[in-house]
Amino acid sequence: MSDRIFGLVILIVALGYIFSATLIQTSFLSDPVGSKTFPYIIGGCAIVAALVVMWKPETDPYWPPAITFVRLGLAVIVLVGYDYTLKPLGFIIPTTLASGLLSYQISPRRLPAVLTGVGLSVGLFAVFKFALGLGLYAFPKAWF
Amino acid sequence: METLSLLMDGFAVALTPTTLFLAVIGCILGTIIGALPGLGPSNGVAILIPLAFSLGLDATASLVLMTSVYYGAMYGGRISSILLNIPGDEPALMTTLDGYPMAKAGRAGDALVLSGVASFVGALLATFGLILLAPVLARLAYKFGPAEYFALYILAFSTLGGIASKNQAKAAIAACIGLGISMIGIDNNTSIVRFTYGNLHLYDGVDFLVAIVGLFAVTEVFVFIESHGKDSAIGVKLGKITIPVNDILLCKWAMLRSTLIGFVAGILPGAGASLGSFLSYSAEKAIVKDNSMFGKGDPRGVAAPEAGNNAAAGGALIPMLTLGVPGSGTTAVLLALLMTLNITPGPTLFTDRPDVVWGLIASLLIANVVLLVLNVPMVKFFVRILMVPPWVLLPGVTMVSFVGIYSLSGSTFDLLMMIGFGAMGFFLRKLDVPTVPIILGILLGNRMEDNLRRAMVISDGDWTFLFSSWIAIGFWAAAILGFVGPMFLRGVLKKPVPPTD
Repeated sequence: MSDRIFGLVILIVALGYIFSATLIQTSFLSDPVGSKTFPYIIGGCAIVAALVVMWKPETDPYWPPAITFVRLGLAVIVLVGYDYTLKPLGFIIPTTLASGLLSYQISPRRLPAVLTGVGLSVGLFAVFKFALGLGLYAFPKAWF
Repeated sequence: METLSLLMDGFAVALTPTTLFLAVIGCILGTIIGALPGLGPSNGVAILIPLAFSLGLDATASLVLMTSVYYGAMYGGRISSILLNIPGDEPALMTTLDGYPMAKAGRAGDALVLSGVASFVGALLATFGLILLAPVLARLAYKFGPAEYFALYILAFSTLGGIASKNQAKAAIAACIGLGISMIGIDNNTSIVRFTYGNLHLYDGVDFLVAIVGLFAVTEVFVFIESHGKDSAIGVKLGKITIPVNDILLCKWAMLRSTLIGFVAGILPGAGASLGSFLSYSAEKAIVKDNSMFGKGDPRGVAAPEAGNNAAAGGALIPMLTLGVPGSGTTAVLLALLMTLNITPGPTLFTDRPDVVWGLIASLLIANVVLLVLNVPMVKFFVRILMVPPWVLLPGVTMVSFVGIYSLSGSTFDLLMMIGFGAMGFFLRKLDVPTVPIILGILLGNRMEDNLRRAMVISDGDWTFLFSSWIAIGFWAAAILGFVGPMFLRGVLKKPVPPTD
């Protein structure tokens, strides 16, 4: 079943891709192949392969329970949050939070997670700043 | 003789203190990366690329560093196979079959030393093979025109899909995803923007490093969150390390045979080290007279796959350097490195940048010796590193990847894409869709299209031009065979499962 859904998703994406390719502007200075043909070929191959996957699906993989997906979703949110805070808040605070939270999600024990967060942020900052010479800020610039 | 003098020049480059230092650092990092479960050669090299840039190294120095990491990771993969029964990377899977039983029988130290020596033999001979074969292939590659290159890229995708993965359709989908992504951005031929949907960040395309780090490193975090990082405690005792001379002598022919098999498997585009170690183990099992001990801790079953996979690692560099077509996931990452360094791999590399090529080869030889020293007397140090728990390791890897990509582009958008690739990689891995073809697609997509379009310009739109030379026809035939053939060999090529406790 998973494979059928996957095939269907790929099929829809491939059709959308081909449709987008039809909208590519054509240049007045074009070669015999042009800008659209190769994307058409890729889309075509993807459609054939997707149909084969739907026609002959493999056995379903093990899907974890819903709570795991909630955890994975949280991990994605943590990473996106890290992405947006890294610049304004400096290195130490976002890294402590993000690595601590990820650590907690892999192994849910509070103290090791906190230690991991603090240790990684300070340790990596030292490596990046002093060994590799990256231009990182430890804390928000406004603080000092 | 010409080769010899070029090699001497190479040593002149490689023996400068800085380069030598980088080779040693690379070997240490590589062995650690290879040994840690869940951090194989491909993602190890991928997350280090941005950091190598921030060090401001020149082309030769960064190549030396990264290829030492690559060779080191190939050595290191065996450590967790033997001690934890978890392959540190895919090619090391075969080493678990006899390595872990040997370790359980109290001979962990012997297994580690033996496999270290086997790795050394395989990698060293393969590097000599590279020295002899690469210039020949580079000369041959001058005969390749756009039609031949297009067929060669097809060959790489089809052998990768046919031999290296279980389901051809899924490998084909993965290749299409990669190729499709590579089309994003400005079209090289006409300067027309494609598939950007008005997003300015996409104008110069999706950076392959973003995709590689996302698919390899970030995905790994999600996988570990799902599995809760099942504890990876070392279940076997490691006593005093001695050199098992008898075992090494017993295995000498096994090592040599496996080196040859692995080397040939490595050269095939798309096949790579996993196939090399698999074939050498199976061949060894078939050749020896008494194979009743195989799977129960036969030293030859440890030496054969290790020699095979390290020889394949050397062989895989040949198509990557001479043709610009990588033979495995990791060489795809190394190709990404070359492209970012603005070095175009291919036959011209050997004439235009001999310092890079021969400096690289010389440092591979040096790296091998360093690795033997690191991996035999100092193996205990690396064993201790295996005890880093996943709940420290994985967050650490993620943070290094983020800072690495961020230091490269400084763009929040790139990091978002990287997270997206990570999430996509998780689902693809669940569905058993290989991710290496995606990387290959992103790397090769533009060159593949350029060659197709150039071929069509030459022939004025006549499609039969693609099959107009014997070299091209040979590639097409090999591509079809490589894609379809494994369907009939599925029973024979079945991958074994690691031994259970």
